[in-house]
Amino acid sequence: MPSLAGRIRAGAARAGGARVPVLAATLACATAALGLTGCAAEPDPGTVTVLNSATDTAEHTANQRFFDRCAKPLGVRVEQVSVPADQIASKVLRMASSDSLTDILELDGSELPQFAQTEGLRPLAEAGVDTSGFSASATSLGSYDGVQYGIARSVNSLALIYNTKLLKDAGIDPPRTWAELREAAKKLTAGDTYGMAFSASPNADGVYQFLPFFWSAGGDEAKLDNGKGEAALQLWKDLVADGSASRSVVNWNQQDVNDQFMAGRAAMMINGPWQVPVLSAQKNVDWAVASIPVPEAGRAAVPPIGGTVMAVPKNEDDPAREKKAGELLNCLNSEQNQLQWGESVNNVPTRAAAAQAYATQNPKLAAFADLVTTARSRTAQVGTGWPVVGDALAGAFQSVLTGRTSPEQAMHRAQQQASAGK
Amino acid sequence: MTTITSIAPANATGKTHTRTHRAPRRQRLLRWLFVAPALAYMALFFGYPLVNNIVMSFQRYTPKTYFTGEAPFNGLDNWRAVFANELFTDAVWHTMLFTVGSLLGQFTIGLALAVFFSRRFRLSGMVRAVLLLPWLVPMVVSAVVWRRILDQEHGMLNTVLHAVGLVPADGVPWLSSPSVALLSAVLVNIWIGIPFNMVILYGGLQEIPRDVYEAAALDGSGPWRTFRSITLPMLRPVITVVLVLGFMSTVKILDLILALTSGGPADSTQTLGTVTYQLSFLQLDFGQGAVVGNVLILISAVFAVLYLRANRADFGKGK
Repeated sequence: MPSLAGRIRAGAARAGGARVPVLAATLACATAALGLTGCAAEPDPGTVTVLNSATDTAEHTANQRFFDRCAKPLGVRVEQVSVPADQIASKVLRMASSDSLTDILELDGSELPQFAQTEGLRPLAEAGVDTSGFSASATSLGSYDGVQYGIARSVNSLALIYNTKLLKDAGIDPPRTWAELREAAKKLTAGDTYGMAFSASPNADGVYQFLPFFWSAGGDEAKLDNGKGEAALQLWKDLVADGSASRSVVNWNQQDVNDQFMAGRAAMMINGPWQVPVLSAQKNVDWAVASIPVPEAGRAAVPPIGGTVMAVPKNEDDPAREKKAGELLNCLNSEQNQLQWGESVNNVPTRAAAAQAYATQNPKLAAFADLVTTARSRTAQVGTGWPVVGDALAGAFQSVLTGRTSPEQAMHRAQQQASAGK
Repeated sequence: MTTITSIAPANATGKTHTRTHRAPRRQRLLRWLFVAPALAYMALFFGYPLVNNIVMSFQRYTPKTYFTGEAPFNGLDNWRAVFANELFTDAVWHTMLFTVGSLLGQFTIGLALAVFFSRRFRLSGMVRAVLLLPWLVPMVVSAVVWRRILDQEHGMLNTVLHAVGLVPADGVPWLSSPSVALLSAVLVNIWIGIPFNMVILYGGLQEIPRDVYEAAALDGSGPWRTFRSITLPMLRPVITVVLVLGFMSTVKILDLILALTSGGPADSTQTLGTVTYQLSFLQLDFGQGAVVGNVLILISAVFAVLYLRANRADFGKGK
């Protein structure tokens, strides 16, 4: 999930709106001449290039270590081109229009359909990538129209992270059902501390957090007004109406939610494993991870699956490069490499066997490992329509939480919006 | 003051133009040669994207276009889709309220401060410098800081207002209520825009000759009368500049809103800028994004023309 700050920076850079891509396209060659990837320059046969969002130094270095490990036996070097996560899409488009795509693209799972639809990506089977033995959710994350175009080394999801001390003091076990969640949140609300925190921001963060509730209730992204999703809206509304969650949740992104939790202002929160390094680094709050509460006992939680997938763009001029990229992907996704990579980024490996080992070795994060097996891909059903559906969902929970509409009206309107956008 | 001199060329070119008719051919050619780089620059970096953006709004322009180069024309489909979109209609209203509110606030407060500081007193220079601060802070930083200040529970504004008994204990939902959020965004933008207005208007005030005021004082004119009959009329050219420039930078606002509310809650702060961003970069529908972009350009163009006319009138009659 891209951070808000990153998105804003990108937003600022792109201010001026629709004029930018055209301008960018014309300038692509000019920029390339300044030393980035060559516009017409011959690519170096000894180098495999990767576009990813590893702009963080630690992440960049960790990535390079795995790339080097796999590239050596192939007799090549790997060069990373890293841009902020929210600029990946526009960067890919610019590169595509100037014929200077990297050999491997690392895209956000929710964006894959948009690029697969362009027919500019090579189906992984044709590039010689072995995609067997992956969890079903990971496979669907990288698929479009039944064809696998992307492969995820590791994935993330959402869980309930709670303050162990506060729950223990109140004599409460982590809630398993919605009823328990409401009750626990109410009991845990005292003074400056809210029982529950989640992100209901009108962007990707909020939508991502709404999905586990929406899906567990039987909501359907292809038919938003099927009468089931309203329950999830009602739950969020109740949590705020009870005073168990701040009314500011409509402004909080996932980072803000984590900040609230670490400041002791929330006893429980919905968040993902990418917060684990930050959580582990602080000393004020002891925390543990539990599965996301479900509407009724016995039902399985259905959280969304998130993460990046690696794809191989078509390279008609030089099919050998595609093959090399495929071999590199095979190595990166060996069981051992996946396990180590997952541990270094706190995400769950996608090979079922590696995920198993991950859960055993990291008991604190085992809840995440279990969750991703039932996790659902955002784009499996609606494909390229996801951004519009996501926006419609955001509109729905925002208008319900701010008291503008009832859950029924909100879902009805969301379905109208989603189908109008098609 | 610098701004005023930089506007003067409008007048200068006017004069040169009349003279060109009399100038010998070679000299005329030479003049064009000097203008050529600027024209080429404008055509390349302004004309080309502009024309492209207009064309794009009649095309099915998707990610696929970047790979295949195909962007089939789809007539008025994009325009129809955008105009049928409730979000767009809402955004037009929000943009209007945001712009008018921001300009009114920025201008009145900026003018009041400019008049206040045009009287000389100790530390006036220093205070003026401090007041410039909001202008120096990057927009996104301001927005993030304001987000904290406006937080309903822990924000400073509610704490202070509550302490003096102006608001109840649970505070004003500055950013979390759809009915207040746009107002909050306007307030923040006013805060950001005051220095710009103040500096330029202050410069304009310095231009007004002191003896006019002395004459007015001798005629027994009070401060309000002096302000209305001397300051305001003599400041008019500067006021148009401030308002038009302020308008153009406010109407396309994007970064402030994205950082403050991301267009929420419940789309209550969506403006034309954020809608373009959303359509183009989140939904990757560049055709529809271009439509909104064009609407924005059109609005700005109308005001740019008004501005040029107003200036020509002022400088034509004046000096």
